[in-house]
Amino acid sequence: MRAFRAALCLAALAASASAGEIPLPERRSGYDLMSGETRAMQDDDTANPGMLWVLEGETLWNRKTGDAARACAECHGDARTSMKGVAARHPAFDPAKGRPVTLEQRVNACRVERQKAPALAYESRELLALTAYVARQSRGLPIDVAIDERTRPFVEAGRATFYRRQGQLNLACNQCHDDNWGRRLAGNVVPQGHPTGYPLYRLEWQSLGSLERRLRGCLTGIRAEPYDFGAADLVNLELFLMWRARGMTFEAPAVRP
Amino acid sequence: MANALINVPPRAKRGEIIEIKTMISHPMETGYRRTQTGAAVPRDIIRTFVATYNGAEIFRAELHPAIAANPFIAFSTVATESGTLTFQWTGDRGFSETASAPITVE
Amino acid sequence: MSRQTSRREFLRAVGGAAAGLGLASVIAVEPARATPASMQEAIRKVVGAAQVQTGRVKLDLPPLSENGNTVPMTVTAESPMTAADHVKALHVFNEKNPQPDVVSFRLGPRAGRASVSTRIRLADTQTVVAICEMSDGSFWQTSANVVVTLAACLEEA
Repeated sequence: MRAFRAALCLAALAASASAGEIPLPERRSGYDLMSGETRAMQDDDTANPGMLWVLEGETLWNRKTGDAARACAECHGDARTSMKGVAARHPAFDPAKGRPVTLEQRVNACRVERQKAPALAYESRELLALTAYVARQSRGLPIDVAIDERTRPFVEAGRATFYRRQGQLNLACNQCHDDNWGRRLAGNVVPQGHPTGYPLYRLEWQSLGSLERRLRGCLTGIRAEPYDFGAADLVNLELFLMWRARGMTFEAPAVRP
Repeated sequence: MANALINVPPRAKRGEIIEIKTMISHPMETGYRRTQTGAAVPRDIIRTFVATYNGAEIFRAELHPAIAANPFIAFSTVATESGTLTFQWTGDRGFSETASAPITVE
Repeated sequence: MSRQTSRREFLRAVGGAAAGLGLASVIAVEPARATPASMQEAIRKVVGAAQVQTGRVKLDLPPLSENGNTVPMTVTAESPMTAADHVKALHVFNEKNPQPDVVSFRLGPRAGRASVSTRIRLADTQTVVAICEMSDGSFWQTSANVVVTLAACLEEA
């Protein structure tokens, strides 16, 4: 019954797709639009700057922390097995909160509730390292966020944000990323905007950063007030973007210009 | 965040030229940036990178602010004998980081 | 160039007012630039009075960089790399960053091959020069042009 309802929901979502949506077989990762040099940087684990955070994440994974003096490894064991596929499924529905949560929010929930440690600040070195380490374990897997009657309202809310004009420049995400991908905006090629590689090392930032940082950057770029880190609007949009990228290969930690 | 990612082949034949790749996390703050209030962000860079092979210096680099953040340096050396390759980065504000890797040379 | 500067500063001011977050964001302001003349002076400091010949050293840089913050670069020089005849050093210079020096690599016969890769920052479209210092005291040079564009969207750091 649940499977049938899920299928209905998927069909409804697909049917309500707007005309400008990129057909599934024509979806391309930002990787395909980069120069050979930047691609080479991503492909080589010994040269990918994102791996510096993955290495640090591995150390943090095994470190006892908080009042409970517990390491992630104590409950989750070897991340290479236990975390496989996890990042490719997030944002995921959290029954306790009654809404989808991001990987960052899941890590912090564990820290606060299980390790009795304070939550890590968004874009802090430690949170980036832990999420990079977890995300690395999903590399090569297809993006697969669950869309069912629980998550459907949030995906719809995210979709509405994607197609809504915002900011002083009055632009909607789809106007660049559905309708004008592959064309140039000043010196940069406009990607389709699939979150296939987050957290990723962005050359413009000279650092690893999260999807939320990138989305907030885009919002600032169109002169809109960026949603707060962890805000429902942002998480819903991320869920929609991951659904839009369903089936695409997860590449974290990616490198992007 | 002070950690280094180094890549040294674990084994090599005597006389073989091996490639070594190194990367270290460091912002390489140029000293030319300013905050929104106009205050200059002071320079903070790695200035020197030295590689030694069983204690003998095999490579050295003098870095300036034009080297990108999280400096990546790849170079080569001749595999002469088994032992340890050691790498040291030093820079502004007393920055100092060391890493090493063993190599077996047949 | 100055037109781009003022547009950037204007948009930053608007963005700063609109976003209004209390974070200590960092912005890049165009500082005094190196010039081809100061680059020549920096090269002079290294080569002294010696004649610099063209050749033997190669500079591998993308003609169009994806982002000026991180431009992959490889410097290679032809040399047998023996004790008698080897590359002592590779020096790289630029003409439009705030400073003309980029990096100096000290090699020697133990290198086996004179080839070093790194990633550099280029503030603007410019010429990069590599100087190779040989063990026999000779100097060799090559240059490469790189087009560098600003990122399309400005964002708070």
